[in-house]
Amino acid sequence: MSVWEYANPKKFMQTSAWALPWVVGLTVLLLVTGLVWGFFFTPDDYKQGSTVKIIYLHVPAAMMAINAWVMMLVTSLIWIVRRHHVSALAAKAAAPVGLTFTLIALVTGALWGQPMWGTWWAWDPRLTSFLILTLFYFGYIALWAAIEDPDTAADLTSILCLVGSVFALLSRYAVNFWNQGLHQGASLSLDKEENVSDVFWVPLLVCIAGFVLLFLTMVLMRTRTEIRARRLKALLARERGT
Amino acid sequence: MLSLSNLAVARGGVTVLRGLTLAVAPGQALILRGPNGSGKTTLLRTLAGLQPPAEGTFDLPPDSVAYAAHADGLKSTLTVDENLSFWSRIYGGPATDHAVAALNLTQLTRRRAGELSAGQKRRLGLARLLVTGRPVWLLDEPTVSLDVASVALFADVVRDHLGKGGLAVIATHVDLGLPEATILDLDSYRARVIQSSGFDEAFA
Amino acid sequence: MKALLLRDLRLAFRSGGGFGLGLAFFFLLSILVPLGVGPEGGTLGRIAPGILWVGALLACLLSLDRIFALDHEDGSLDLLATAPIPLEAVVAIKALAHWLVTGLPLTLIAPGLAVFLNLPVGGYPWLVASLILGTPALSVIGAFGAAITVGLRRGGLLLSLLVLPLYVPTLIFGAEVVRRGAEGMALATPLALLAAISLGASALLPFAAASAIRVNLR
Repeated sequence: MSVWEYANPKKFMQTSAWALPWVVGLTVLLLVTGLVWGFFFTPDDYKQGSTVKIIYLHVPAAMMAINAWVMMLVTSLIWIVRRHHVSALAAKAAAPVGLTFTLIALVTGALWGQPMWGTWWAWDPRLTSFLILTLFYFGYIALWAAIEDPDTAADLTSILCLVGSVFALLSRYAVNFWNQGLHQGASLSLDKEENVSDVFWVPLLVCIAGFVLLFLTMVLMRTRTEIRARRLKALLARERGT
Repeated sequence: MLSLSNLAVARGGVTVLRGLTLAVAPGQALILRGPNGSGKTTLLRTLAGLQPPAEGTFDLPPDSVAYAAHADGLKSTLTVDENLSFWSRIYGGPATDHAVAALNLTQLTRRRAGELSAGQKRRLGLARLLVTGRPVWLLDEPTVSLDVASVALFADVVRDHLGKGGLAVIATHVDLGLPEATILDLDSYRARVIQSSGFDEAFA
Repeated sequence: MKALLLRDLRLAFRSGGGFGLGLAFFFLLSILVPLGVGPEGGTLGRIAPGILWVGALLACLLSLDRIFALDHEDGSLDLLATAPIPLEAVVAIKALAHWLVTGLPLTLIAPGLAVFLNLPVGGYPWLVASLILGTPALSVIGAFGAAITVGLRRGGLLLSLLVLPLYVPTLIFGAEVVRRGAEGMALATPLALLAAISLGASALLPFAAASAIRVNLR
């Protein structure tokens, strides 16, 4: 059986209905474990005190913000090449989730930055890249919202996602270049691998896994909603036709 | 020259016509009849290559089509002559003199298209067909806003085109008095909703 | 294809073609910024590269929706799509026409406006160089955005939302060239990258834009 079987709407609905409770359960388990562990059972950092614990929200959210876009890129490509509606709808479903993760990463970053760097916002390359990523998400979501015909919307947003991905990478590079030009090599970001010791690292990994599953849960639920909405539309059109 | 086999066309994802199988030879005209929304424009746009068929295939010689839509595609700030010679150069077609004369635009060549009346604009839009040098004409309601004399003038142009071995598919309710015209009533090809069992059947 | 270019240029220069609108906007912006920032020459000189580039970019943005929307309204886009010229070439030529009536004139008046903004002398040649290398990218990216939004009512605002994030790399490298030029620093890298963006975008985006137009005409 090929993996593309699951792109059949009916098959997808059946499989996801079966899988969803398990995914939700695992999400709750991992998130609760990871966050409680991270927030209450790790020592305060000798430099940063308890503020460092925002890392358990900030880092996973930031990772998922980028991964969500990558997933949209992959599903868009699948739509362009194989014309599976479920794939296009999954891309549509992932966008607001990805945007939310991006915003969470930005806000938690600002909350963390205030006590640490003494400022809510700095035009650090990473922060700037995320701000630009937010703009890409907004454009993508707005385009879906603006087009009535679902297939046209799927095609145009896929093209935008493809071109947007190239320019997002370019922007990332450009931003690094630009900030370097301003303050010579003064990076404000923490380098995770070097600064974070194992005591923080393990609960962080649990949190990251929890966020991945949280993303999966939300995308599955939203895709199911999109499929139902699409089916409703098709049935209404069929009704009018007879 | 033009042949359809089991062609189905869709508008906005909904199939409107299904099961069109026919052939049109050079020198013949195909007149499309049917009430509003029956799919005349959709069929013409499909044949023009602007949208893919929902099912089936159609066959046309490559680079043979000239399409005339509801809108004439005129630039109001360009003169009649500039509008026509633009399309002539795009298609690498014949000079504009013959087209201008055939649709009685000789007096108007230096006027801007924006200053023309609705009927004159339409005549200019139809004159474009002659400068394309293409054998297959796809015409969507070509006689709209033409007066009786202009309709006769246009019928002559189409007859002349057919006489030279051309072909025309025309969506119109006006009788153009064409000799070799087949009338196709699209009502009988209207797509009935059928339960499809394709891969994405939930969205069909 | 020459015929299409000539037609687009002629349309732009005839009345109602919108030629000069972007230039006027650029001019006004360069006067308003000093009024808002204050007359202190050092400050103005420091922000001049950024202001001039942002101004050129916004002036470009103003006329983007005209690239395809007008042709879509009067039906010529349908006819062009069925014409013997490949749609990719139509996009490329229309982007070129857009550049000739906005990007090129903007480049030519930019040094004049730089005087108002007190740009250091070393920056002038690089201002012209960066704009002439960078504005083609603005036109081509804009043509892509216009192609995506051509079928939409009220597409203008959405067009800005889609295109502005895509303009980020061009803006960064373009302004960087001028800033480094003004400060007398080495600028080969950003200049090369700017040219690379323009060339890459001109080579690849017409294909994406043409497929977007085909989807929109369907």
